Amino acid sequence: MKFGILINEGPFTHQASDSAYRFTAAALAKGHEIYRVFFYNDGVYNSNKLSEPQTDDRNLVSLWAKLGKEHDIDLVVCVAAALRRGIKDEVLEDGFRISGLGQLVEAGIQADRLIVFGD
Amino acid sequence: MNELDENALTVVKRFMYVNRRAPYGTIYALECLEVVLVAAAFDQDVSVVFLDDGVCQLKKNQDTTGIGMKNFSKTYGALDDYDVEKIYVEKESLAARGLTADDLVIPVEVLAADDLRDVMAQQDVVISS
Repeated sequence: MKFGILINEGPFTHQASDSAYRFTAAALAKGHEIYRVFFYNDGVYNSNKLSEPQTDDRNLVSLWAKLGKEHDIDLVVCVAAALRRGIKDEVLEDGFRISGLGQLVEAGIQADRLIVFGD
Repeated sequence: MNELDENALTVVKRFMYVNRRAPYGTIYALECLEVVLVAAAFDQDVSVVFLDDGVCQLKKNQDTTGIGMKNFSKTYGALDDYDVEKIYVEKESLAARGLTADDLVIPVEVLAADDLRDVMAQQDVVISS
């Protein structure tokens, strides 16, 4: 199956991005396709390379980037949500790209299922 | 739009956007409205739902001067301009808050929870916030 993933929360206050990451990794391991992961609301913080969790904590920014690279996943950060939160190309982790909300709608159209991870 | 796969534009899916939160206090209501206004440009079958505290997003006479936030309730009036005509409000949520459809800034279709559930079940994509 072809999945689209929407993540609406940042990497720390909520578990949404952790759950999405685990879902995405599990789906890929089962041979499913991830059409796109779209980061919206505070979800855009998952792309901030300046983020420095404590060393004994998981680092979702790098985990997403690594998973994205390994499986060639399209990791898209919403430009409108990103700008108001100071997420710009200068702080964007490798493997993410900033684009418009149309990319979310397109993921809804192209994927068999769009799964929302939020609070 | 120019980055999009042309195939995407020929498919029509049923998209439902579900608002469950109060208009202020968190950003979900505002950012959901932003998604809906963009989504309307894609010629999909779009519907918007307001339930739980989400019904307060549509309340008339909002005054945000005391909290220093932008009052974006007038923007819901633009949904009609964008041809977003399927706007559902859950009957029970309105009643629980002492509201009726007359208290809202735009015309809506008031649906009982059971009926709303049926409409939700018919959707291809449900985006909630």
